Amino acid sequence: MKMLRMLNRSIRDSIKSVFRNFSLSLASISCITITLIIVAISMLASFNVQNFTKEIEKDLTIVVFLDSDTSEDRITDLKKEIGNFPNVESYEFESKEDVKQKMQKESEVLNTVLDGWSEEDNPLKPTFKLKVKNVNKIGKTADKIKQIENVSVVKYGEGMVETMISSFATIQKVAYGAVIALVVVTVFLIVNTIKLTIFSRKREISIMRLVGASNFTIKTPFIIEGMILGIFGSIIPIVFTTYGYLAFYNHFNGYLYTHLIKLIRPEPFIYQMSLIILVIGIIVGMIGSSKAVRKYLKV
Amino acid sequence: MDLIRIKNAEKKYKNGVTAIRNLNLDIEKGSFTFVIGGSGSGKSTLIKMLYREERPTQGKIIVGGLNVAKLRNNKVYKLRRKLGIVFQDYRLLPKLTVYENVAFAMEVIGAKKNETRLKVLKALEEVGLKNKVHNYPDQLSGGEQQRVAIARAIVNNPKLLLCDEPTGNLDPEKSMEIMAVLDKINKVRGTTIIMATHDKEIVNKMKKQVITLKDGRLVSFKKKGTYYDEDVENAK
Repeated sequence: MKMLRMLNRSIRDSIKSVFRNFSLSLASISCITITLIIVAISMLASFNVQNFTKEIEKDLTIVVFLDSDTSEDRITDLKKEIGNFPNVESYEFESKEDVKQKMQKESEVLNTVLDGWSEEDNPLKPTFKLKVKNVNKIGKTADKIKQIENVSVVKYGEGMVETMISSFATIQKVAYGAVIALVVVTVFLIVNTIKLTIFSRKREISIMRLVGASNFTIKTPFIIEGMILGIFGSIIPIVFTTYGYLAFYNHFNGYLYTHLIKLIRPEPFIYQMSLIILVIGIIVGMIGSSKAVRKYLKV
Repeated sequence: MDLIRIKNAEKKYKNGVTAIRNLNLDIEKGSFTFVIGGSGSGKSTLIKMLYREERPTQGKIIVGGLNVAKLRNNKVYKLRRKLGIVFQDYRLLPKLTVYENVAFAMEVIGAKKNETRLKVLKALEEVGLKNKVHNYPDQLSGGEQQRVAIARAIVNNPKLLLCDEPTGNLDPEKSMEIMAVLDKINKVRGTTIIMATHDKEIVNKMKKQVITLKDGRLVSFKKKGTYYDEDVENAK
């Protein structure tokens, strides 16, 4: 009961203080707003990058064609050999016959042409389709497979995929850097805001200490004030993220430029993002205010 | 029983000034004590050490069972809840009414509303301000403001009331009114009162125990004392 009464008092005081020092609060709130918008953009970008990196990695396969005259025994050996490669996660084998049937299904014309081929003069190549564990090493793995006897052609994304993935990684790193720098700047701004509210209430605080208010009682209103600044500061970024991302998603129909790059579906994603933004806002406000309280209250 | 025990206390400020030297003092529960001495004699420092605004650099000061010298910053409130403090400059909050100023002392320690109301009105009645509860401090005279400050100091029913020159800003007539209020609190509530002052007349009229300080040293401690000029003279 006592706790609740004190908390109630703290909340009332901190709301009052936010509005009493409105211009100052506004400065902090707008700084948090700007930070959170940039944080939100960075997060939207990096989650999407992560998402389509994963999508691409999932689709990425090494296709290995064997010579068409490879014997059944040799194929059995090769299955073992390729399956045992450290970077190979799984493989799918298609015999000449399988390939032929697949092609026949694809079109009427092919169907009639291929129908004339017997088992012996089927010129198609038996094929392995490999999934790798680590996409960054896909080039090396492909090179090694090329050197195996009876392997005629090895095909994979060749260069383009690796560049894409490494440039995505760079984008993410830059985004993280920007976010951290901005958060630090915002914390400093909040420290200053709370410092000024502490100064304007110095008399009150000294009287509180004289009549025996505990440190907790003195500090809590300021920390709650920081949290309120954080909450106010996250309103615009949340609206921005929700509607901005929806508009963006709808404008591009869920794909960015090519069907290779698929955007994350907005439905649960924007809600999760809003929650993350709110939490970051509150935490940044809290860190800033508790820093200020520790520094300027000497309690 | 002694409410305050001071043993070999010494206070040296960081700028090198020694305000209190080797002070030994016991003050009984329920007593009314004046602390007198000229400027720079250490009166204020003594009072400040009693409510742990300052720490003694050496020795022991025990107030109501708490060793002030060893009390950490975040535990100071435990001491402050046992005592009330009145200053020369009243230290009221200008934006709060008389009632709110007194209630403030109870709210910040988490008292219930009903309890606060009862105690605040009782305290204000004791200092004779029951008809001014809704006024703001700047609508009151100096004497009245000081009485509000006294009400705030006693509202939690402390064992000890410290007064640092409470009559310093008031004319002799108003000063005597304040003294009457303090005397009543001492007698009715049994609150131990320690008052630093340099007002000769007050000390002579009240006939309470008197501690005389000079350059941070205890010069005399009289049970039924007056502000003898020779004490101050001798001390010089």
